[in-house]
Amino acid sequence: MSERQRHGASIGQPLTRRDGPDKVTGAARYSADFKPEGLVHAVMAVSAIARGRVTHLDVAAAEAHPGVIAVMTPGNAPKLAKSPDLKDNPFAFRLDLLQNDGVRYANQPIAVVIGQTLEAATEGAALLAPRYEAEPVSVALGAGEVFTPETIGAGSPTSEGSGDVAAGMAAAEARIEASYDTAAQYHNALEPHSSVAQWDGDRLTLHTPTQALWIAKGRLAGLFGIPPENIHVICHYLGGGFGSKGFIAAPQILGIMAAKFVGRPVKLVTRREQMFGPVGHRAATRQTLKLGATRDGTLTALDHHTLTLTSRHDDFVEPSGILSRHLYAAGAISTTHAVSRADIGTPIFMRAPGEASGSVAVESALDELALELDLDPLEIRLRNYAEVEPITHRPFSSKALRECYAQGATRFGWASRPRQPRQMRDADGLLVGWGLGTATYPAGMMQGEARATIRADGTALIETAAQDMGQGAWTVLAQIGADGLGLPVDRVDLRIGDSNLPNGGLAGGSTGTATSGTAVHNATQAAIAELAALAVADRASPLYGAGNAGVTAADGRLARRDDPARSESFSEILSRVGKACVEAKGQGQGDPASRKTYAMHAHGAVYAEVKVDPDLGQIRVTRLVGAFAAGRIVNPHLVRSQYYGGMIWGVSLALHEHAVLDPRSGRVMNGNLAEYHIPVNADVPSMEAILVEEHDPHVNPLGIKGVGELGITGTAGAIANAVWHATGIRVRDIPITLDKLLG
Amino acid sequence: MKAFDYVRPASVAEALAAAARPGAAYLAAGTNLVDLMKGGVTRPDVLVDITRLPGLAGIEHRSDGSTRIGALVRNAVLAHDPTIATRYPALAEALLSGASGQLRNAATTAGNVLQRTRCQYFTDTASACNKRAPGTGCDAIGGVNRAHAVLGWSRHCIATHPSDFCVPLAALDAVVEIEGPGGPRSVPLEAFHRLPGDHPERETVLEPGELVVAVTLPPGADGFAAHSRYLKVRERTSYAFAVVSAAVALRMDGNRIAQARIALGSVALKPWRAREAESLLAGAAPTPETFAQAAQAALAEATPSGDNAYKIELARRIVVRALTLSAAGTPARVPALPASPFAASPFAATQSAASPSAGASTHV
Repeated sequence: MSERQRHGASIGQPLTRRDGPDKVTGAARYSADFKPEGLVHAVMAVSAIARGRVTHLDVAAAEAHPGVIAVMTPGNAPKLAKSPDLKDNPFAFRLDLLQNDGVRYANQPIAVVIGQTLEAATEGAALLAPRYEAEPVSVALGAGEVFTPETIGAGSPTSEGSGDVAAGMAAAEARIEASYDTAAQYHNALEPHSSVAQWDGDRLTLHTPTQALWIAKGRLAGLFGIPPENIHVICHYLGGGFGSKGFIAAPQILGIMAAKFVGRPVKLVTRREQMFGPVGHRAATRQTLKLGATRDGTLTALDHHTLTLTSRHDDFVEPSGILSRHLYAAGAISTTHAVSRADIGTPIFMRAPGEASGSVAVESALDELALELDLDPLEIRLRNYAEVEPITHRPFSSKALRECYAQGATRFGWASRPRQPRQMRDADGLLVGWGLGTATYPAGMMQGEARATIRADGTALIETAAQDMGQGAWTVLAQIGADGLGLPVDRVDLRIGDSNLPNGGLAGGSTGTATSGTAVHNATQAAIAELAALAVADRASPLYGAGNAGVTAADGRLARRDDPARSESFSEILSRVGKACVEAKGQGQGDPASRKTYAMHAHGAVYAEVKVDPDLGQIRVTRLVGAFAAGRIVNPHLVRSQYYGGMIWGVSLALHEHAVLDPRSGRVMNGNLAEYHIPVNADVPSMEAILVEEHDPHVNPLGIKGVGELGITGTAGAIANAVWHATGIRVRDIPITLDKLLG
Repeated sequence: MKAFDYVRPASVAEALAAAARPGAAYLAAGTNLVDLMKGGVTRPDVLVDITRLPGLAGIEHRSDGSTRIGALVRNAVLAHDPTIATRYPALAEALLSGASGQLRNAATTAGNVLQRTRCQYFTDTASACNKRAPGTGCDAIGGVNRAHAVLGWSRHCIATHPSDFCVPLAALDAVVEIEGPGGPRSVPLEAFHRLPGDHPERETVLEPGELVVAVTLPPGADGFAAHSRYLKVRERTSYAFAVVSAAVALRMDGNRIAQARIALGSVALKPWRAREAESLLAGAAPTPETFAQAAQAALAEATPSGDNAYKIELARRIVVRALTLSAAGTPARVPALPASPFAASPFAATQSAASPSAGASTHV
């Protein structure tokens, strides 16, 4: 198969972002950049306590402050059409929208002050000086009643397994049992949650960052008791979502309520420190891994138990054990989850929810077992390579993980790794260590729709309410559309980020490109069929009589499949019949039969090098090589960028990021980006992302798997293993900070 | 943000007069003050902008061997001044290890000396803090305190002083020049910051309305230029406050240490001079054993104020490392990663590097 046939003319090409110039020149407008006529500013006041109720707000003082227009409190806030606590679908997370005076977590919104200026509203909020009736709080992992949740993550079973784990452990010749803690991480996309809301009667125009325009529209319609078609949500650009903007959060809705309250357009932007509570986080976990293996490293049992936290008032359970259902071929597998409640904001999806936290534990445990067996970490992974999905025994739709291991190992130079720790030093005497982690993430699909329009001037328009949150939808959907239509990409206009367009589904779960890309592809095929129907039925056309299936689209022309010399341009076809355009819709969703038959996952192997100061414990990742297989790569340039981003977050997960809660107050004590560390440029090592070829005929017609979350998995475990290899110290409390290496 | 008056005096005299107003605060770059105002930690009524005051932005190398650094000299300007970097290399290294390029371009000399603690309970207005609100208590005690003080703390306050710059300043016997309603005066930097004691709200010896106009390095402070380092352990490679830091300056006499200066950062509410350790080193040979003894002496009085015992051992180790590096000689230029363990070559001279492949050291 030729490169062009395999990839297409546009698909597979490393185009730079089409939205790049607008972003670097500032022409790209994010939600909070919009300023409708008469805009006023809203600022949230948030709770200092984590549990109890607000007994007093000095509304008079706030109202008296010059420039304050109004103060919205539970006493006067617009009543919603239905309770924001009503869980009428599993993804209707409970929201704190001033419908009562209760406090369920620190930094919960308790009032909104609207002012002529941001400064006036900010001071108004400070003047509220809330008083509380506080109740004792509990925020610790495992405190209080521990119970088995009904489901985990996005509705997955809480436990799954196969075989007899106890027997597998008993039969094992080597065993390890260890617990690994991962820390709470709070969503802090560069763009905080915001809204610019404008009401016209019962019609709402809303600029807000969202990963799912139609889901947002549906949620708002329910809360405000208006038809979804009355709501117009616009989000052309999204400054990072990572799961925090999959479902509209309380601050965004409070901005809309404030606009209703004062009868004017309102802008509300969440302050950075207010991100630590109402917009979700990745919950802390304690994962207990029990592994048993025969002398040659073959796993006889894999038991992965996760204890995590959720809020006292809602359910989201970090599904850390899920990856153990798909990844390694063990004779017996058990994956279970338990949870306790705490006075915290409800946890939510965060980049590779479950897989990210689970991966660091599993990859660490596997290396601990390899040490017991004196096996190379790569060898033990190959020894337990899953040829079919372990629990279901379904074949994989495609799986080039072996090639990922091999290509990554070669590039990294893994073969020269000494088995024992503390064997390598650099020229400066710093300890050097190498580690490996396997990357894995499901290749899911959601549902979406797109419309393709072929115009008489030889250009085309692709439309879908999909979102670009930085991953590159502005570029890749145009590439897919261009190939589907047989047009150069510069003749394809794309409209996304607007809820008036066909439902584009959710940019989340690494499904965005697979779903909306499939919808776009199908729409283009339908539009080409419409166009072909016009030609093949027309005696004046050189394509007359070819039948719809008898033509192909390329270079802006339809040609007879059996005689490519007989062709006609799109313009000629439309002009002759006097049409300005043809348009058609297409759906994007997984094929249920294929998805039942095959296990669908993307994979990768991440190799890490770290350096550690032997006395001071300071750690630095100096090299990361990832090799990833994720089906067809629509745009290698943007996919590498996604992998790099994921790997950098892996550095953050392994070494930096963790929220520190005061157990007495339940307050996040490092709720700002000075103290809540994420990697800075000096922490980001030399990185490579190798794109391993993988052909998948089952996952969807284009063979696309998602890449957004894959890179964070594997990476943190690789780094944890490299730190052990450098120092001989196994840190089971993630992130690995220098105090844990001082000995 | 609370509404405030903003005044921009044209002279030091006018500034002092303006600062006499109730609730007045001096404003220079605002890299610290404006953050605190946004968080409601400080709520001044009047900001006296001193950035246009004449005569405070110069670096003066005087004929007596002293150097006077004006209060408004920007951190970046000072760090990149070739004479400063040559005569006081630890000062340049400390400055360049702090904050970010953008902040260093703005932040001033006096502002750095006067920066407030990073204690989370000080910046969190919902928490009790004797420094922010005297008499309310200290929620850091018994709370989240991995980063807190191990020296000089009291039962009223366990915060630390976060400055990098002040650590080598203390080591080099810098003097703070002050103008005030009572006239000019000078205070050694070491005596400028107060330990918390019973009054953690009194952070420095400045009287109300007094203005820092310069920091002076005394004659002879450049005598350590050949053997001085600032070293800073932090939880990420850059743009982080120190977990523990150390400035070491040595005057060597052949193979012996003639004079040693050691100051520690982020261990107390002031830059901490380790004078006993300095005495031990005077006249001693620069050996690992001597350095270990000095480190023991430097931390002899240290006690954890919470979950931070590791800082004591870490401080000992950083003293040893900074002594080792200083004895080996000041690098020809400030390393690309200033003050970082990843910029130093602690063992290169003493240990044979054993790397199994080129890959371990060539892909940095």
